[in-house]
Amino acid sequence: MSRVRAHIMVCGGTGCTSSHSPQIAEAFEQQLKANGLDEEIKVVRTGCFGLCAIGPIVMVFPEGACYSRVTPEDVPEIVQEHLIKGRIVTRLLHMEGDEGEAVTSLNDTQFYKHQMRIALRNCGVINPESIDEYIGTDGYMALSNILENKIDPQEIIDNIKNSGLRGRGGAGFSTGMKWQFTKDAVSPDGVKYVACNADEGDPGAFMDRSILEGDPFSILEAMTIAAYAVGGTQGYIYVRAEYPIAVARLETAIAAAREYGLLGENILGSGFSFDIELRLGAGAFVCGEETALLTSIEGNRGEPRPRPPFPANKGLFGKPTLLNNVETYANITWILNNGWEKFAAIGTEKSKGTKVFALGGKIVNTGLVEIPMGTTLRTIVEDIGGGCPNGKKFKAAQTGGPSGGCIPASLIDTPIDYDSLTAIGSMMGSGGLIVMDEDNCMVDIAKFFLEFCVDESCGKCVPCRIGTKRLYDLLCKITDGKGTLEDIDTIEELCYHLKESALCALGQSAPNPVLSTLQYFRDEYIAHVVEKRCPAGVCKNLVQYKIDPNKCKGCTLCAKNCPVDAITGAIRAPHSIDPSKCIKCGVCMSNCKFDAITKG
Amino acid sequence: MKSLEELKAIRERMKNQMDVRDQSGDNIRVVVGMATCGIAAGAKPVMAAILDEIERRNLHNITVAQTGCIGVCRLEPIVEVYVPGEEKVTYVKMDPDKVPTIVGEHLVNHQVVTRYTIGEALAAEQGGDSK
Repeated sequence: MSRVRAHIMVCGGTGCTSSHSPQIAEAFEQQLKANGLDEEIKVVRTGCFGLCAIGPIVMVFPEGACYSRVTPEDVPEIVQEHLIKGRIVTRLLHMEGDEGEAVTSLNDTQFYKHQMRIALRNCGVINPESIDEYIGTDGYMALSNILENKIDPQEIIDNIKNSGLRGRGGAGFSTGMKWQFTKDAVSPDGVKYVACNADEGDPGAFMDRSILEGDPFSILEAMTIAAYAVGGTQGYIYVRAEYPIAVARLETAIAAAREYGLLGENILGSGFSFDIELRLGAGAFVCGEETALLTSIEGNRGEPRPRPPFPANKGLFGKPTLLNNVETYANITWILNNGWEKFAAIGTEKSKGTKVFALGGKIVNTGLVEIPMGTTLRTIVEDIGGGCPNGKKFKAAQTGGPSGGCIPASLIDTPIDYDSLTAIGSMMGSGGLIVMDEDNCMVDIAKFFLEFCVDESCGKCVPCRIGTKRLYDLLCKITDGKGTLEDIDTIEELCYHLKESALCALGQSAPNPVLSTLQYFRDEYIAHVVEKRCPAGVCKNLVQYKIDPNKCKGCTLCAKNCPVDAITGAIRAPHSIDPSKCIKCGVCMSNCKFDAITKG
Repeated sequence: MKSLEELKAIRERMKNQMDVRDQSGDNIRVVVGMATCGIAAGAKPVMAAILDEIERRNLHNITVAQTGCIGVCRLEPIVEVYVPGEEKVTYVKMDPDKVPTIVGEHLVNHQVVTRYTIGEALAAEQGGDSK
């Protein structure tokens, strides 16, 4: 066998898959064969590189050239130029900066420079369907070391405790303590469960999916280690059925791990046995809540139950159960291989390590980033994210999805960690980070997230079922221009009651987006209520389009394009809009060549 | 089922294969001129011979890449060797038979094979001219 001289890494994450990366990989294989290169060059399908905004991404090693927005039609050129003649195809390289400089290596981009990849260490680096490649990047080293040297479970738990790792699902509870509670819990028949929460539900969040798609073995290994440490006998991964690629890769990974004897009876001949099964969730947001998730695994309707008892004592099927989030597990083997001291050296005093964020909304570099805790929001939005597109001004960022809150532009220098975010009325959440610019109406944003919670409330407890709905109605009243100042007071009071009395985190945190927008953008609420005006021009019922007669040349372009014939006027004479007919679609404004149409 | 030893063997084998993706800059780089001139002069068999020899000797931390026209087309096939921290060495008029010597002496034992380098070739030409 000849040595493979080049590796072509084609992104197989969900984003790039939907823009035809599987066809690109096939085209490469076909072209390599046609040119007799298929023995010396290998095509590798990887997980997400993170820079989804410029996908599909293809990386060619040993040069490390990063090609962006590749189409299957570009493949013959890359093969002929780069792989045969060794000339990098400059036109397909990612351009960055004002001068449009071509960046050859992904590591040189602004997007990557500020990042530190621990949980995402193998995403985009290895073939997630090859257990050998995972082993080649020190995979299963932590587990084999533990089993070979019969490390005391307490020592493993102490390592995790000392590392300062906190749950990455959002609440931020100490992972080591959780392991300790489960280990100390007594199970009469010796059965304990180890479960993984992969029911990622926040709108715009996709880090757990990317880890499962890009590095599934790291989760299996971490769960096996957790089982060894707490005395677990059976594992479950609860993953959304809407993540078909993640589910398929997990199934492949579980089968490969069983074949290698890294899952199942008598792992690596050590006498220790543990196996993992998948459970597919149907997509209910509430099933991301731990007690609802466990209820759903049991085959019941996914509804939360009061805590205590906590799952560590009485969880799945009434047995002690350890439940961690995907990203939490993704840190475990790194900590054990590199030592807890190294992990604890990253981040802030109370938030150690890194956090993965899914950047979305009004931002140039939509994608997945992993930053050390304590990095400021400014670094994430401006340096890594590249700011808001079209030169618009950054207004706020929403972290924590529907359970979180917004961070206004004035607090852009806030360091991102669990405690700083809580202090300013937001929360870490699972890691969705939605950026808003000056064109976003904050009342509308609050309404959007609340509507999500209304839909997703499981209906078990009254405060959540009825409270979120009433709160939503009040917000609609305001965006419709029918609100009063008393309504704002009622909203605040209702938020308080909801937080105090809802059964689970879904209801308790549902008012957060409303409260934080009220805290930082109260003036926008007042403008809606008192002036009957939407400052960002989003709320349709409060927006009016007007033609400035001094600027209008009477070109008739607006009238021709109006879908409801609301614009009238003679040629070369100023036109006017009939507000009773206007549906506020904005077509006239985008068509006007003279900036004569305003909205407000 | 795998034993611990088998797991370690897989790790070593895969690490070697995945060397190609190492971007740390510690690798020795072997670059073959593969423009039209190089290919016409027989660069492809040279490249294949290099890859075979590296695999046969199971060498680590070496990346093999190709490049375009280096400029002295009359001396093709050209192979350049970059050892980190050292000056690059250019071998000219390569053929597959010279490959095992260069891999063995230069890449393994760090001894430049002077008789195949561009300097020697040019000196020989000048010697020929003066006759």
